[in-house]
Amino acid sequence: MSGPNTNYDPVEVAVLDPEAIDEAVSTALEAVAAAGSLDELKALRSAHQGDKSALALANREIGALPPSAKAEAGKRVGQARGRVSQAFAARQAELEAERDERILTDEAVDVTLPTGRRPLGRRHPIELMSQRIADLFVGMGWEIAEGPEIEAEWFNFDALNFDADHPARQMQDTFYVDPPKDGLVLRTHTSPVQARTLLDRGVPVYVAAIGRVFRTDELDATHMPAFHQVEGLAVDEGITMAHLKGTLDRLATELFGEGITTRLRPSFFPFTEPSAEMDLRCFVCRGEDPDCRTCKGTGWIEWGGCGMVNRNVLTACGVDPDRYTGFAFGMGIDRALMFRTGVSDMRDMIEGDVRFDAQFGLEI
Amino acid sequence: MRVPVDWLREYVAVPTDATGEQIAADLVRVGLEEEGLHTGGVTGPLVVGRVLTMEPEPQKNGKTINWCTVDVGDSNGTGEPQGIVCGAHNFEPGDLVVVILPGGVISTPQGPLEVSARKTYGHVSSGMICSERELGIGEDHDGILVLTRKFAGDEATLASLTPGLDAIPLLGLDRETVEVNVTPDRGYCFAVRGVAREYSHATGADFTDPAAELSARAPRGTDDGFPVELRDEDPIRGRDGCDRYVARVVRGIDVTAPTPRWMATRLTEAGMRPISLPVDVTNYVMLGLGQPLHAFDLDTLQAPIVVRRARAGERLTTLDDQDRTLDEGDLLITDRGGERPIAIAGVMGGAQTEVGPSTRDVLIEAAHFEAVTIARSARRHKLPSEASRRFERGVDPALAAAAAQLAVDLLVEHGGGVADEAVTDVGSPMAPAPITMAAGFPSRIVGVDYADTEVVERLEAVGCTVARDGDVLTVTPPTWRPDLTTAEDLVEEVARIHGYDAIPSVVPTPPGGAGLTHAQRVRRIVAGVLAGEGLSEIWSAPFVGADRYEALGLDTDAELARSVRLANPLSDEQPLMRTRLLATMVDALRRNVARGTRDVGLFEVGLVVDLEGAQQSAPTEDVGVRPSDERLAEIRAAVPHQPRHVALLLAGDRDRRGWWGAGRPADVTDVVDVVRVLGEALAVRLEVVNDAVAPYHPGRCARVQLVDGGVVGHVGELHPKVIAALGLPARTVGGELDLDVLTAAAEATVQAATLTTFPMAQSDVALVVDEGVTSARLEAALREGAGDSLESVALFDVYRGDQLEAGQKSLAYRLTFRAPDRTLTTEEVSRLRDAAVAHAASTTGAVQR
Repeated sequence: MSGPNTNYDPVEVAVLDPEAIDEAVSTALEAVAAAGSLDELKALRSAHQGDKSALALANREIGALPPSAKAEAGKRVGQARGRVSQAFAARQAELEAERDERILTDEAVDVTLPTGRRPLGRRHPIELMSQRIADLFVGMGWEIAEGPEIEAEWFNFDALNFDADHPARQMQDTFYVDPPKDGLVLRTHTSPVQARTLLDRGVPVYVAAIGRVFRTDELDATHMPAFHQVEGLAVDEGITMAHLKGTLDRLATELFGEGITTRLRPSFFPFTEPSAEMDLRCFVCRGEDPDCRTCKGTGWIEWGGCGMVNRNVLTACGVDPDRYTGFAFGMGIDRALMFRTGVSDMRDMIEGDVRFDAQFGLEI
Repeated sequence: MRVPVDWLREYVAVPTDATGEQIAADLVRVGLEEEGLHTGGVTGPLVVGRVLTMEPEPQKNGKTINWCTVDVGDSNGTGEPQGIVCGAHNFEPGDLVVVILPGGVISTPQGPLEVSARKTYGHVSSGMICSERELGIGEDHDGILVLTRKFAGDEATLASLTPGLDAIPLLGLDRETVEVNVTPDRGYCFAVRGVAREYSHATGADFTDPAAELSARAPRGTDDGFPVELRDEDPIRGRDGCDRYVARVVRGIDVTAPTPRWMATRLTEAGMRPISLPVDVTNYVMLGLGQPLHAFDLDTLQAPIVVRRARAGERLTTLDDQDRTLDEGDLLITDRGGERPIAIAGVMGGAQTEVGPSTRDVLIEAAHFEAVTIARSARRHKLPSEASRRFERGVDPALAAAAAQLAVDLLVEHGGGVADEAVTDVGSPMAPAPITMAAGFPSRIVGVDYADTEVVERLEAVGCTVARDGDVLTVTPPTWRPDLTTAEDLVEEVARIHGYDAIPSVVPTPPGGAGLTHAQRVRRIVAGVLAGEGLSEIWSAPFVGADRYEALGLDTDAELARSVRLANPLSDEQPLMRTRLLATMVDALRRNVARGTRDVGLFEVGLVVDLEGAQQSAPTEDVGVRPSDERLAEIRAAVPHQPRHVALLLAGDRDRRGWWGAGRPADVTDVVDVVRVLGEALAVRLEVVNDAVAPYHPGRCARVQLVDGGVVGHVGELHPKVIAALGLPARTVGGELDLDVLTAAAEATVQAATLTTFPMAQSDVALVVDEGVTSARLEAALREGAGDSLESVALFDVYRGDQLEAGQKSLAYRLTFRAPDRTLTTEEVSRLRDAAVAHAASTTGAVQR
């Protein structure tokens, strides 16, 4: 609080005149309103709010007034200064907002510019299909089993009831390891995993085996020397062909959608009895075009073989065939991919062209 | 098996309106899959026409065409003669020909062709006068088909020919042949008789067994028949190679007599070429009934015939004029009391006793040979014949006499011969063994509730004899079903005759599993991370040649020792199984680049072979037998070790060029970085150590190892020579890790440390070392010297240049310290830093700058 003024300037005292104060305020407000930038506003501060400003001087004079006049003058000057400083603050905020707005505008970029400095890689769709199938079986309470690709003949054939002289053993186009007497082959199906599973895990058992298999087919649009299968094996008390059908129907629905029509057709495999082929209703003609190239006019597409595990297989793997029954199936994953996604040339799957993978996401 | 529909109708009551397509659909239900449907390729209107006029018109091009008018009756709708341009000249006015009218379709080598009226040579030609070839009924295309010549001698047909008559049935163009796939267990379906039986099962149509009447009529064996002895001294699995041999003699045959047209047609439709009457008759009987026959020229035979195994060194020139060395396992037909081989039983006959143009008398052999013997002989001599195909799948042993009878009948009727009354019929085939089965067993296996009576009915329908004792059935399969040996075989019969479509769909309820295994989860993570790192997953066929190992700069002998070789590779250039994924992945890289993809990142996860020691032999075992534990261990041990690898290749830019500026080419640090990311993803500490192994650049190769020194694999820039040899992009980098090692290392559970919240302190040091000191070594030295309070070390600068001596580099590190229990003082931090530097100095010779 300033003390009584003993050294006042009569001219300056005049500022205490109410009219003069009002004028100082309106001058200040006008100037503030006219300030077009933060810098201009800043420059106005000393003239209107600084120590030498009219209101500051008036304020200083208050102390010199008689006590009776002090209160009123103080109130007047205080209000005046308040108005000016409010005006400054408001204008400051306004200009700052304008500036911030302008910065944002200036900082705008073209977000449509191409990106891809390091594009995402991909999983192979066959692997994605395999994962999807594995997840289905895991979800049903099964486990996923595996086995080697170079396999003993015993696992690939003998254990599966392929007699050495049986024509079925000849119909497989088998790669034999040299010398053939060493009894090693490239597995022709995922079925040897059946035998490995039964021997290693015992029963009851519910496993799917997903993997690569080999046949002596030259590579062309519809054949590959290596391809992929999902094998299913369920051995338990009371397993029936109805369970086989139920499981395959679930798999078909998972891969091809609700509404897929399937059928079991009697067939023959050494390792199952009774045996069946599972066919899918032709995706292209739905059985309505006798000249359909996809199903050759039959209306059905062969998907894979299945049946009730032959008792000779159970016996060879140390399982009591009079107590346990089981079913097994082997379905082509590559074919399933073709059906599901319209891949028309198998070579695209095996040649490793990155453009093939890039069509798909990481889920299929 | 191709089944002409009219032949099928002879044995089973196929509804008159049933099409080939319907028949095929019915057969599928009982397990005979449709392989194809064959018909004449012509659809109407195809009619008989009489040539009325024929005007030769020479053309500018030197050809002469005939402008004809042809009477086609009312078939063209007007009754007016049809104007047709024809290029052939082998007919004349008055001839009866075959005309296809506009709208008709013929098959051409280019596909179906619809005939239309068209302007040509100044006329409107309304149709075509056809040749046999155009109709698909013969090869004769020199001239058009003149019906009066074709049916010469066939007065009944000639009399029926009138203009306008539908020529499709006349020429048999409406005939259909259904082709079905016969599974290996159903040998009996390699005959129209068997397929007819199955058609009856599928539809309930009446089946008439053609063999029944023949069997009834066939004479029994007599003592004075051509002498035949069955002398198998070395049966396979206790079963005689031949357990029945029927021989019939027909004398005085005209072997040049033509095969009747209907028989030739059926043979052709069934896929066999008519050759001569005796051969055609044997083929016809085989296709009709399923019994392979052989005809010998009787004059060339000297009794007795002996059926025996071959002896070492014996030879036989077979019908195909091949001189063959016989194997001791071969079953032979011999004559002269066993001296001279005259046929490999069930496979192929010999040339010396072949029926030829001068043959008058023939001996028809109808025998039952054992499946395994025939299968082995056919395979050994690479002679898969129509006969062996049937014998190895099982021929009905009760069929021989009936089949021989049919052959005799046909030869007598069409060849004019006389059958001997003396008949040979020796041997006694094993009767089918009865199978005991609970009546409820089919329901238990199939999950369909079959009534007991239905089970019996179905089994009887397929020819079984069923005796019932309470719930137990004793089922004797028919002679033509050697495949029915177990109760499960009978279940399939019940289920398929009842219909597989009746089987309900029931999802089983397992007790619950443990989810994916650790290894399976790791594999997903690795592949997902690599895809996230910008690499695309591929898979490649695992076949390579030794030259590939050479091109990769590897020790070829060492790779060969670890690999296995295929006995029957697809390509002789690639007989080996890969020992590493990169060996086959490089082809995919090259392919991508060749197709215009410049920046390529690939990875593959797969098995390789890593033979440890010499290749072992895996024993085999009879089917249905569990090997002993020792034998099983031997089998398992013989399977080569096949670790799962993950490999990657990067070529071109790692960071792509674009509007933002230049790209950054992939270099060795990129593959090292991918390894780092994999280690972090699996929480496995991986160390990277300089190494120099193929196929990498010796100065840009890193060994990846676990903290215990276990090798995980290598990464690096490919050796320039490898790049040149394989035609890869310059500076291609890559690597290959043993995923099994990584998986095992990732099994440990991470133990979490408490996070300290005291402030960190940082201090920078620049250390000058010889070029030979790796950053990893220097960093390790700093860590060791600084002790536990060192939280992290970051290399932020590498300097080489004027301020240093040649062969030196300066590495600048930021050391971050933090104590778990207090704020470190400035003095402490300095002391710790000095200790780190001192240790680095003493172990690596580093000098602080």
